[in-house]
Amino acid sequence: MSALVELREVTKSFAGGVLGRERTVALERFSFAIDAERPGITAVVGESGSGKTTLARLLLGLVDPTDGAVLYKGHDLRQLSAAGRREFRRDVQAIFQDPYGVYNPFYRVDHVLTTPVRKFRLASSRAERRRLIEEALRAVGLRPEEILGRYPHQLSGGQRQRIMVARALLLRPRVIVADEPVSMVDASLRATILGSLRKLHEELGISILYITHDLATAYQVADTILVMYRASVVEAGDVELVVKAPQHPYTQLLIGSIPRVSTVRDWAVEERQGRVAAVSGCKFADRCPAAMPRCAAAPPPLYRPAPRRAAACFLLDDSPVLQPGDTGSVLAREERPMQASVVA
Amino acid sequence: MDASTTVLRVEKLCVAYDHPLGAVRAVDDVSFVLRPRERFGLAGESGSGKSTMALAILRMIKPPGRIEGGEVWLQDTALSGLADDAIRRLRLAGIAMVPQGSMNSLNPVVRIRDQIADALADHGSRLSRREVADRVRSLLMQVGLPPEAAGRYPHELSGGMKQRACIAIAICLRPKVIIADEPTSALDVVVQRQVMETLGRVQQQLDAAVILVGHDMGLMAQFVDRLGIMYAGRLVEVAPIRDIITAPRHPYTRMLIDSLPSLEHKGRFVGIPGLAPLLRELPPGCAFHPRCPMAEARCRLEKPAVRAFGADATAACHLA
Repeated sequence: MSALVELREVTKSFAGGVLGRERTVALERFSFAIDAERPGITAVVGESGSGKTTLARLLLGLVDPTDGAVLYKGHDLRQLSAAGRREFRRDVQAIFQDPYGVYNPFYRVDHVLTTPVRKFRLASSRAERRRLIEEALRAVGLRPEEILGRYPHQLSGGQRQRIMVARALLLRPRVIVADEPVSMVDASLRATILGSLRKLHEELGISILYITHDLATAYQVADTILVMYRASVVEAGDVELVVKAPQHPYTQLLIGSIPRVSTVRDWAVEERQGRVAAVSGCKFADRCPAAMPRCAAAPPPLYRPAPRRAAACFLLDDSPVLQPGDTGSVLAREERPMQASVVA
Repeated sequence: MDASTTVLRVEKLCVAYDHPLGAVRAVDDVSFVLRPRERFGLAGESGSGKSTMALAILRMIKPPGRIEGGEVWLQDTALSGLADDAIRRLRLAGIAMVPQGSMNSLNPVVRIRDQIADALADHGSRLSRREVADRVRSLLMQVGLPPEAAGRYPHELSGGMKQRACIAIAICLRPKVIIADEPTSALDVVVQRQVMETLGRVQQQLDAAVILVGHDMGLMAQFVDRLGIMYAGRLVEVAPIRDIITAPRHPYTRMLIDSLPSLEHKGRFVGIPGLAPLLRELPPGCAFHPRCPMAEARCRLEKPAVRAFGADATAACHLA
């Protein structure tokens, strides 16, 4: 597989505390790749602080890894030429979580739409620019006459977020990294926004990395899924397999916590409330209803009980271990022969 | 209905926002009752008037908004008759609010302990330092926060902890009604469930009633006893939650339920076509008719009245 963007054994930690003496590891030896030939939709799911947003920021080149490398078409992002960087900036687009923070309050919202058109010379005339922008806005369910000429504070969060999708759409990128694009938007609009992302994928072959804490929308939108817990992948694979039969106790907790529209009140999950995080073992051990003594001793590797799924839990220790850095093959869209890197 | 079966009664409440192009009705002739210990949900899309209604109940509408008419009764007290000072005392002590976005509702430069103490002092509790400390500790315990949280500033707490702190403030004077406006909209599902469990537990301990404002039908299904659906400022349907899920009377309610992504069936994830109408340009007849798959000729002409279906349910739809 030739990767368009790839994270190779990436660790990212942030300094914190007095004089930067405490370090917070946001992402730990994480490998991931977005295929250049076979675009797909991958969801990254996890709670706040699991490292989802750090993953997005690394992929976008907004932060540098502490260890490991982020590659664009095989080249380290930090060593890209100006032209290479420009290409990267167009190929990889972002939609962020906070539809309030991305706007400059002093500019009309038109600014975020006209800037990319101008910078990347997408239109040859003002009229064409206007047409492109109006088209993009309509594609995400907005009425251009209600949007253009307004200031950010005059629009709702849902409107602002859809403008960001329209903006990404204008550039026809190869990858869109969407970090919680609908968490601040109404349920009735979520389907529309995510549907427009899905449409971009299907019609234009754009790969989507959908980062979210909402497993239900992830299930609806994505083909493959990565579940993260405190800087590491706990479960990954085909979305049908992971959602219908989660293997990791954390994934089970996550799925059990989703309130369902049902006349059965089944919104309760077995859960322990941990206070001390295991330093050396599995990071979920303190909250895990199935924790065993060995969970506190060493972190479990990712096991691969089936070709298209993996989970980091000792409950699966009769399955082969997935080699570090091979999550890519678990997430591959089509089934491929087991690779030599998977050892029994 | 007499006061013994009703803790809060909203009668023909209307809220208008003045605008240079003419006033708009954000809450249009809304009536409902809240029974003691009941969990009542108010759901609808953004702009449907659900948050405005929550604020109107507390008489916290600010200009250019104004309460145009109607009445809110808290047991035997008509809130419109109260002086500013009395209504201020009634907030928190009678009706408390857990605001939307816990991140922004706490004062960032005041420790949690002092924010709770402020609320107590402001409502005339004359307590010694020690009594305040005890009260704060027991309140924090009630909402599942460790005692250490008292000395923390909001930025030192996670989103879920901040929301719990907001619940602690809301219940510090043992209100009869707690209005929770999207209390978990910014939280993860696991934390959301924990916070809602806390809210439910606290409500039972206080024997309070809860109005939960939100748009997540799953959350409503799992938490509330009765649900009201708002559209374009009107309460278009009210019914016990079971009935609403199994047999909604209003087509909008059905679509709102269907807009929730399913975890069982892939591909069953549809939004509601079209956009919520602008309040300034409400369509004639039923405001929902342009988006309604079942609309008939009279829906385009005649505004449906709110009709009662038994003691528990109402709906404003010609086809109901």
